[in-house]
Amino acid sequence: MLAMLLFIAMPIVSVLTQSVFVPHEQIIIEVENCGPFGCQTSTAIDQEASEKLRIEQPMGRFAGLDIYLDRSHIAVKELATAWQEKVSLGGFLSQVNNLPFYGALAFTLTYTAVVTPLAIGLGFLIALSVNALPRICRGPTIFFSLLPMIITPLIGALILFWMVDARGILGSAIQWLMNDPNLSLKASTPLTWMMLMVYGIWSSAPFAFVVYYAGLQSVSQDALEAARLDGASRWERIRYVVIPHLLPLTTFMALIKIMDNFRVFEPIVSFNAEAHAQSLSYFIYSDLGGETRLLSSAAATSVLTIMGVAVLLSPVVVRTWRNFGKS
Amino acid sequence: MAVAEHRPPILRLVLGAFLAAWLVIAAFPFLWTMWGAFKVESDFFSKADWTYALNGTRTLVETGGRFTGDGFEGAWVQEEFWRAALNSIVVVVSVVVISLTFGTLGAYALARSGFRYAFWLLMLALIFRAMPPITLVSGYLLPFFEWNVWGHLSTTILVLVAINQPFTLWMLTSFFRNIPKDLDESAMVDGCTRFQAFRHVIIPVMWPGVITTGLFSFLLAYNDFAVTAMLLSKENQTMIPKIASFLGTTQTDGNVMFAVAAVVSVTAPLFVLIMFFQKQIVSGLTAGAVKG
Repeated sequence: MLAMLLFIAMPIVSVLTQSVFVPHEQIIIEVENCGPFGCQTSTAIDQEASEKLRIEQPMGRFAGLDIYLDRSHIAVKELATAWQEKVSLGGFLSQVNNLPFYGALAFTLTYTAVVTPLAIGLGFLIALSVNALPRICRGPTIFFSLLPMIITPLIGALILFWMVDARGILGSAIQWLMNDPNLSLKASTPLTWMMLMVYGIWSSAPFAFVVYYAGLQSVSQDALEAARLDGASRWERIRYVVIPHLLPLTTFMALIKIMDNFRVFEPIVSFNAEAHAQSLSYFIYSDLGGETRLLSSAAATSVLTIMGVAVLLSPVVVRTWRNFGKS
Repeated sequence: MAVAEHRPPILRLVLGAFLAAWLVIAAFPFLWTMWGAFKVESDFFSKADWTYALNGTRTLVETGGRFTGDGFEGAWVQEEFWRAALNSIVVVVSVVVISLTFGTLGAYALARSGFRYAFWLLMLALIFRAMPPITLVSGYLLPFFEWNVWGHLSTTILVLVAINQPFTLWMLTSFFRNIPKDLDESAMVDGCTRFQAFRHVIIPVMWPGVITTGLFSFLLAYNDFAVTAMLLSKENQTMIPKIASFLGTTQTDGNVMFAVAAVVSVTAPLFVLIMFFQKQIVSGLTAGAVKG
């Protein structure tokens, strides 16, 4: 018994150290956040590092929430002026959109809201039609369907980007269709947004497909048979037997997809689209990169992004918590 | 399968057409790029006539053959892409090995301990999945500069493992739960210690789960851009940030084909991977969803 306890305990300790290790990185975030502001809260967490910080960075004065409120983040002052000088609601909104943080937020939210339902719907249709295939053809079909998802996002987006380039095959095709030889997808903001969203749907539909496909395998054949005998049409069978069966999967998938889409990043790099569309992730990236490395600005955006994620996720967490309480 | 056989032909036709369209959408870009990588730029981006890209008219004029390896040579030799490939291999292999070693040990303990870690583990995995990795990276940068560990491969490996670990643990835990407890308990009744039971009884049966989890660690490490781009110095770059940096330099040089060739080189291993491990990938993706 003692030996057993010991041997169970030992890996648990190793896990515990790991689980300390993982949150530890998050604590470092906090250290970093307050670092540029003067590192007042962090002393309890990581004394050595913050001590070092204070010695090496005497310039790190306490800025408090200023960075959060300045023009490139929440921009309270600019919001207030825009609100006072507003002519119409539309004018106010476009003013707000010109502020970098709100622009990024707007794109991220639009992207999430558009891509998530469309990708799930497309995945569902693909799953239904693959399910109707004879068994032999399914393997290769699944193989090709997986490609857009497994391929590195940056690479997949690049491949599409080259194709829609004005000289690439899709770009030329669109020019030919629209009868406008100067049409370029890269030059206009709405078209860039559309292109990014098309990429998003393309790359995330396979996940929905795979999950739904697995779900379809477990639909009870008896229930389908019974529905058929009761005279349910094909559509009614899908509507009343299959869809209720897949509903829990849909919630799960919507959650995962919302999270994934919220952090959209790589396609913007590949599509070279930062002039027209910035996501929150890209915003942080551009702050971090380059010569200046605006660490505190990036950190502020990070915190705001994490808050956004928390808001998005909170209903799910609460629900899962309740479920666990029940079981 | 009685239902499937009764489909009316029109419905079948519609479904088939839809599926064919999807397959073209899903696969065509890759095949096109792979084909185009062996051409010269004026064929791949053909302003004059799109069929040039198919039969390589300009390629024939410029290099004397219908196919050319110039793009690959430029990328691998001239731009030293092999170095990035080597770095990628180091990073990917270390991440997979480290996270699986800790993952199996930890997950086995969790699965057998009976206490309710599952919820917290799941939450941790979820949170890490939800947070854009770039937000974490912005937190790492400053301490790493301070400690002078920025830019090294080992730092990146550690970060990737840390980001990946909750997910690995969660997946392996749910897998170990499915191995009946009787198995190792009967081994211990026969006189094995806990560790011997793990070594002789569990290790032989755990491979399917470990392989699936390993695949996902592999994909994460291989596909990562945010972490590697920010944390690695220029000479230590892995393949993905290397390609991204190609974009900046080569587009002005008129050597887009280098980037195209590099992209194809990165895609090829993934193709092979999916081909061999399709079943594991599908089962891994669905395991989380179906069990909820």
